[in-house]
Amino acid sequence: MKELALMKGNEAIAEAAIRAGVDGYFGYPITPQSEVMEYLMLQKPEERTGMVVLQAESEIASINMVYGAAGTGKKAMTSSSSPGISLMAEGISYIAGAELPCLIVNIVRGGPGLGTIQPSQADYFQATKGGGHGDYRLIVLAPASVQEMADYVDLAFDLAFKYRNPAMILSDGLIGQMMEKVELPEQKERVSEFDQTWVTTGKTDDRERNIITSLNLDPDLQYEHNLKLQEKYRRMKEDVMFEKIKCDDADFLLVAYGSSARICQKVVDMARSRGKRIGLLRPQTLYPFPTDEIARLARRVKGMMAVELSAGQMVEDVKLAVNGKVPVYHYGMLGGKIHSPEDVMNALEEKYMGGF
Amino acid sequence: MDMKEIIKPENLVYKRTPLMTDATLSYCPGCGHGTAHRLIMEVVEEMGIQSDTIGVAPVGCSVIAYDFMDVDFTQAAHGRAPAVATGIKRLWPDKYVFTYQGDGDLAAIGTAETIHACNRGENITIFFVNNGIYGMTGGQMAPTTLEGMKSSTSPYGRDSKTMGPPIKITEMIAQLPGVHYVTRQAVHKPGPVRKTKKAIRRALEVQRDKKGISFVEIVSNCNSGWKMTPVDSNIWMEENMFAFYPMGDIKVDGELVK
Repeated sequence: MKELALMKGNEAIAEAAIRAGVDGYFGYPITPQSEVMEYLMLQKPEERTGMVVLQAESEIASINMVYGAAGTGKKAMTSSSSPGISLMAEGISYIAGAELPCLIVNIVRGGPGLGTIQPSQADYFQATKGGGHGDYRLIVLAPASVQEMADYVDLAFDLAFKYRNPAMILSDGLIGQMMEKVELPEQKERVSEFDQTWVTTGKTDDRERNIITSLNLDPDLQYEHNLKLQEKYRRMKEDVMFEKIKCDDADFLLVAYGSSARICQKVVDMARSRGKRIGLLRPQTLYPFPTDEIARLARRVKGMMAVELSAGQMVEDVKLAVNGKVPVYHYGMLGGKIHSPEDVMNALEEKYMGGF
Repeated sequence: MDMKEIIKPENLVYKRTPLMTDATLSYCPGCGHGTAHRLIMEVVEEMGIQSDTIGVAPVGCSVIAYDFMDVDFTQAAHGRAPAVATGIKRLWPDKYVFTYQGDGDLAAIGTAETIHACNRGENITIFFVNNGIYGMTGGQMAPTTLEGMKSSTSPYGRDSKTMGPPIKITEMIAQLPGVHYVTRQAVHKPGPVRKTKKAIRRALEVQRDKKGISFVEIVSNCNSGWKMTPVDSNIWMEENMFAFYPMGDIKVDGELVK
């Protein structure tokens, strides 16, 4: 029996977290994602599943609570928005270095600095290229609907535990705040089915002590550790996810994720009604990025245009994938403003598709 | 009397601590960290709680405390140990979780985490080693460096007018309702060592009984950072550090002492 609800993206994340059997949520209020913790507190998850929800004194404390909890093999998560994620960067780097699974949700707003509370996709670099110090990567999932906000919580934990790596849901204020129909996932048991041999829950007689650390004072050991991490990041390619919308006969591609992809779906329909064969490639994972698929498509389209709510960040990864085979353009909107399908259509017609 | 007669359990006056590993201590000769480590591990052994104990190591001289203490450990970012311990303890309320932090870690960069973990009354134990200096980075001024005390970043002595006075964070956190037991001890002589061990035991018993924060400050020397011999540094500590950071219980059973 399907359980349907009408809820905000942020609420869907929270409800899905309870249902995914998350053990601990640690957070700090920030617009536009405060509904995540508000919803959790209202739901009394301590009674529903035993899930712990704690409001920390800062984002710095939240991510370090996640770090401690994740080191014990439990499902731990936090959520925040851009400035808060910047504060968490240190902790995220430690979690990546210590190879712990956890979920970080970023409901992105416009920046830099305090910026605006309106939606943006300007944290793409921070999410996909590391964000904190050192050579590391997050698994980055990019939902484009309230349904995917709900679905990606469990998926993020599966991937995080598979690779022992922090995962991020990179959404924005638009999807976080909008209400849609969502089919809720089933309630999972609050037990982990993953390997628990590395956790710090007390040294028993049958094993050596477990240590969660990102420190290697010996550079040879740190070198080996870095190589191992890089090998892991390469392996993540097997979990790349993307959606192709009308790509089969397309001669020009839009590449967009999240809220921008929603807008581009309309652009595809508008272009097709005018007889133009436009397709849309929507990455659902931003790391791993669908590099191979974009390279393959580059062999048979005339060009691509990355459409983002930023000055041009993902477009760099598209260009790397295309590797000069066809022109790659960018269209972006800045500062918390959102482009309309007409804006994108005009950009396509006037600038890049001269023959329209 | 031959050797066999001498080596009997009833004649034992000293033995190595089983819960200290065989790793060579990374601390400078004369430093109090090794004694503090050992006392904590002795109490963990005597209480029989090794399999339920998780330590949280700081950034500073004791960053690799996990190399020496034979319990599960998580190494925290600078100042964040109380938040990391909170995350562990909230999901494992029946385990024993302790942090081991220095003065720079606990009273400067981690002040917010320290105060808020204490204010929430997390059922964790905080071991705070205060030697009034940043030892690991080479002797810079710490939040607890005494007025007039020289360090590499206060080479003419700490001037409270421009650098702020030393902070008594232990007295500060003792004011918070979530804090159950606060004491200040030392480990430079047999008498203080025995008192510190009792304090550690009491602190872990407070945690066992889920009464809130237990907080043990250990005032220690840093002969390297203070540029003194170990013996001179202990004398200087008694004369100067103890005058500003007096020994003894500050809060017992949730009540401020005196």
